[in-house]
Amino acid sequence: MSDQDAKGGSGLLAGLMKAKPAKPGEIYGVPGQGESFKISAVVIVLLISFWGFVTYAGYIQPLFLPSPTAVLNALFDVIKEGFTGVGFWEHIWISTLRVFGAFVLACAIGIPLGIAMGMSPVARGIFDPPIEFYRPIPPLAYLPLMIIWFGIDELSKVLLIFSSVLAPMVLGARAGVKSASIEQIHAAYSFGATRWQVIRTVILPSAMPEIFTAMRVGIGFGWTTLVAAEMVAATSGLGYMVLSASRFLQTPVVIMGIVVIAAIAYAFDHLVRFVERRVVPWKGRG
Amino acid sequence: MTALAIKNVSVFYPVKGKPPVHALKNIDLEIHEKDFVVALGASGCGKSTLLNLIAGFMAPSEGEISLNGRVVTGPGADRSVVFQKHALLPWLNVLDNVAFGLKIQGQGQAKREQIAREFIKLLGLEQFEQSATYELSGGMQQRVGIARALTSDPDILLMDEPLGALDALTRERAQELILKVWRDTGKMVFFITHSVEEALFMGTKLIVMSPRPGRISHVFDLPFSRQYFESGNAREIKASAEFISLRETILRIIFADEAGANHE
Repeated sequence: MSDQDAKGGSGLLAGLMKAKPAKPGEIYGVPGQGESFKISAVVIVLLISFWGFVTYAGYIQPLFLPSPTAVLNALFDVIKEGFTGVGFWEHIWISTLRVFGAFVLACAIGIPLGIAMGMSPVARGIFDPPIEFYRPIPPLAYLPLMIIWFGIDELSKVLLIFSSVLAPMVLGARAGVKSASIEQIHAAYSFGATRWQVIRTVILPSAMPEIFTAMRVGIGFGWTTLVAAEMVAATSGLGYMVLSASRFLQTPVVIMGIVVIAAIAYAFDHLVRFVERRVVPWKGRG
Repeated sequence: MTALAIKNVSVFYPVKGKPPVHALKNIDLEIHEKDFVVALGASGCGKSTLLNLIAGFMAPSEGEISLNGRVVTGPGADRSVVFQKHALLPWLNVLDNVAFGLKIQGQGQAKREQIAREFIKLLGLEQFEQSATYELSGGMQQRVGIARALTSDPDILLMDEPLGALDALTRERAQELILKVWRDTGKMVFFITHSVEEALFMGTKLIVMSPRPGRISHVFDLPFSRQYFESGNAREIKASAEFISLRETILRIIFADEAGANHE
């Protein structure tokens, strides 16, 4: 007791000073061990209560931050009436199509490209400079170029989102190549495997955990870029809805749109995690 | 007559402004049918380099390695490797891991599972066919690795400290298991270990290697594995006067090499 007091006392700082004693079924000192779901639920409830409190009590003007009920009403209105003549589900559908179209394209090109860059110095030499060059540029900066080159239709929108998803996919797959141990690779070659067989049966499966992480990062980038992609010449989509609502100071619709985007992205992230647990149950235990 | 021939093999690395470093110098070694050759030596003596050369993972700077008259230029199914660890594929179950080599070689599923089951049985893994490899103990995982290496019907098995990560009890059992597999399959074996006792017990021929430059400094012919097949009592053999005196002789050689390293 006195030892604990001397080292860190109690309270918030104590957790940083000394790990908690292990509970039955746990191992002492494993980082991030324990259940976090309940804490998250409480935090969400608290945040919404705080939001409701400051808005219902009138501390903040509805123009700056509408109340939760105003946002819910906006949601029901848009579901019923649509927004700028386009139905709510159509906004969701078109945006989802753009993001996932770009995502699938980025996976189809980025994963093989990343694997190739990890496997071959020639591929790395060719593709490393262009990818590293464009990667840090915000998509908004080259949006005008995309429009000049690819027009104002769907192509430029999907390509803009694609370009933001591609880089993390390539980097993830490329890093994943290093996951296979040299013993696993040598074992395959010892059985007379060709280079292609080694890639398919050893390199690619062991890169899967990294690729799943890249997918989660990449799809996040995709949703981030969606609003930029729907800034120009769009007449539908969630990004378009948020942007035009903000132009008309319809703050409830802005917040509703943001929440819908976040909800879809969150649901997809859980889907990827679910698939990941099914596909790579051996992650971290190989 | 199957045989592996290592003729005057050297491996050296160029060093700027100095004479090249010899990892291996002028190695001559022949492994014949039914030989169980064990390599033993202080760290840095080039045992693993020698195994990697035979496996085809490295190329000699000088000299030549040939198996049945064919020069080794790369890895091949006639020389299977059992690694110390990290060599199983965690996304495949035990059966598919054992059948992995056969799949690479294009065998159909029915045929390769039939062959794989044969070796799973030989290594006593029947109950674990469908298990994930990461759920198995270290000793079990090594048995999977050995079964996998045997499926391609190699001429020689190359084992790089296959039992190094096992606890003492499991290790003794695994030694006896490997000896039985060797007797039943009649393969040539090249086996690396750090344990003098293990080397003496398992080999028909022991090569003691010394570092700087890596070379074979002593060769012994060993009777103990044959004695084991006759008596079936491993501990008795390991406790015999003959075994202990040879063990001490070899330990003195290795300690002298280690001491030499410290004086440099």
